[in-house]
Amino acid sequence: MDFKENMISSFMAFEDHVDVENPIHDIRTEAIKQFEKEHLPSKKNEFWKYTSLNPYFKKQYSVYPKLESALEFKDVKKYFIHEIDSYKIVFVDGVYSSYLSQTTHEGLDVCLMSAALTKPKYRLVIENYFNKVAPKDSLNSLNTAFSREGAFINIPKGKVVDKPIQILHFSTGNEANLLVQPRNLIVAGENSHVQIIERHQSLTDNEVLTNGVTEIFAKKRAIVDYYKIQNDRLNASLIDNTFISQKEQSHVSVHTFSLGGKLTRNNLQFFHEGERLDSTLKGITLIGDKQHVDHSTLVHHAQPNCESHQDYKGIYADHSTGVFNGRIIVEKEAQKTNGFQQNNNILIDDTATINAKPQLEIFADDVKCSHGCTIGQLDDEALLYLRSRGIPKKEATALLMYAFSNSVLDSVKIPELKNRINKLIAMKLGVSLGFDL
Amino acid sequence: MLKIENLHASVEDKEILKGINLEVKPGEVHAIMGPNGSGKSTLSSVIAGNEDFEITKGAIYYEGENIEELAPEERAHKGIFLSFQYPVEIPGVSVTNFMKTAINETRKARGMEEMRANEMLKQIREKAEMLDIDRKFLSRSLNEGFSGGEKKRNEIFQMAMLDPKLAILDETDSGLDIDALKIVANGVNRLKRADNAVVVITHYQRLLEYIVPDYVHVLLNGKIVKSGGKELALQLEEKGYDWIKQEHAV
Ligand SMILES: Nc1ncnc2c1ncn2[C@@H]1O[C@H](COP(=O)(O)OP(=O)(O)OP(=O)(O)O)[C@@H](O)[C@H]1O
Ligand SMILES: [Mg+2]
Repeated sequence: MDFKENMISSFMAFEDHVDVENPIHDIRTEAIKQFEKEHLPSKKNEFWKYTSLNPYFKKQYSVYPKLESALEFKDVKKYFIHEIDSYKIVFVDGVYSSYLSQTTHEGLDVCLMSAALTKPKYRLVIENYFNKVAPKDSLNSLNTAFSREGAFINIPKGKVVDKPIQILHFSTGNEANLLVQPRNLIVAGENSHVQIIERHQSLTDNEVLTNGVTEIFAKKRAIVDYYKIQNDRLNASLIDNTFISQKEQSHVSVHTFSLGGKLTRNNLQFFHEGERLDSTLKGITLIGDKQHVDHSTLVHHAQPNCESHQDYKGIYADHSTGVFNGRIIVEKEAQKTNGFQQNNNILIDDTATINAKPQLEIFADDVKCSHGCTIGQLDDEALLYLRSRGIPKKEATALLMYAFSNSVLDSVKIPELKNRINKLIAMKLGVSLGFDL
Repeated sequence: MLKIENLHASVEDKEILKGINLEVKPGEVHAIMGPNGSGKSTLSSVIAGNEDFEITKGAIYYEGENIEELAPEERAHKGIFLSFQYPVEIPGVSVTNFMKTAINETRKARGMEEMRANEMLKQIREKAEMLDIDRKFLSRSLNEGFSGGEKKRNEIFQMAMLDPKLAILDETDSGLDIDALKIVANGVNRLKRADNAVVVITHYQRLLEYIVPDYVHVLLNGKIVKSGGKELALQLEEKGYDWIKQEHAV
């Protein structure tokens, strides 16, 4: 059975477990039809030129775990930013774990997609927002077709959320070839403020594949800070699709820390639906060991007086491959756009590869757009300077790499998270330096 | 402390040092002068362990040990310090973080415990004060956007923090205004002890009025062609290098 057939027959089985009378199911049915129609991503598609999913399409997947896996908090504590108080929405193999979660909330909704899709009180939000910003391509449609579980966060007007929300997806690998497809929806009301930390973590060495979709809506003057920690094992692959719709004067930032995983694809797209807003896309990629990270970004400037800032740093070693495909589209109406894009890469050795492709499509005439892309090695002079002060080569190299990616960490607003990322980076670099100043 | 014997060094097959002999004993201050391109910075780089240069003949002994095979950091751990003629800008690493790392890595290599945070802070405060360095300066990225003089002052700050046995100051005076020159020279003098030594590379006699050398050497075309006392510097200031060049014309 090829992948499409595999998915379509899984869909029929899936229908036995969901309420087919729910209007949502019409959307799912549409989506599976769309999936059937669309080509699977392949190298012929310019946005998949450097990332091949072919090996994944050769396997047979199940879309729901047959067994429920329970985890002990102490075994997974280290994957949380546990130093701070936070809301926690936790999934194990795509199934909500109420035991590990902590969602008691007041004045906002921190809950589950399964609840949002079925409870009448959420019907309006779902009608207005669900599947409204995600494009209808093959993998998004696949996710939509199987959408049932994920995080649902609804922040009312004016609410400043008192603590960060952590969304954790654990994979146990207890079941071979499980395709997990979380579906998240985040609606930040006018003048609201929310910080979200998301992490995917596999717990064993079995192969796992995730195809996730997150839709984020930021209304007028809302502030959304989203952090993605991708520091997974060598057997875990993630296709992450995040789509953001912004209204006027909103500020949305997404920081993506891609520090591990077999294959990671970050499809991150911003759509502007109001004036004087800004979008920030930042990322640090630090990989080796034949790993593959693909950042495919889009900022769609469709309104005047908006800003976007993209800053991606990549450090690649040991047969790893990076892809940066950064797009900025500026529509005719989007006068006075400021669109910046920066992508700097260091190749540690000559077995590593980076494919960097900035794309600017500008149809307005009064805009400021710039992009800079560099690929280089570490600065030998700087290395000598540090070493001559007694800092050994490995530590000096680490310090320079850290410094290189520092502009991305600078804007992380949760100190404990920043600290954690610092530690993860130090660990990756094999040094025990505390980059904490 | 330092003994250089018939040192020949090349970069990309081009011989730059052509037989240097120099001995520096504890407690001494040596000055090396010489025209542009004569090999002064090359000599200091070779001592510090810059791997771009290849020693083709001769040897460098430091405290009796041939250091040719030692990495730059190992030389630093043994107490060799080079104040760079052109300090490198390192965006994203603050002066303080850099200094902390350098000190603790050095201590680690010497089998010592990490320096306690309050002790570190105290040291940083003291040395910054001695060199009249604004504390705010220390949280800035290392050398990034520093003025020429600020970079040089920062080099001496690092020297003060690391307290080396052998310090080589490559044109630390260039770029310093008169007041800064006095402050920096005064800093160097305060670090001077009977068991450490300083090699000052300079083009100007002025610095040597503050850091008074026991010996002055003239480096010309990769060789030390003349050595003398501090009066040699005065002579050079007055007459330039032509007369020495003539003496040594091939
Ligand atoms: N990496 C290198 N590659 C090629 N040539 C070099 C290199 N480093 C130094 N040189 C050459 O070696 C010679 C000596 O240079 P060096 O920097 O040692 O001179 P210097 O005496 O310090 O001069 P200055 O007074 O201008 O600082 C010069 O001709 C210089 O061009
Ligand atoms: Mg020089």
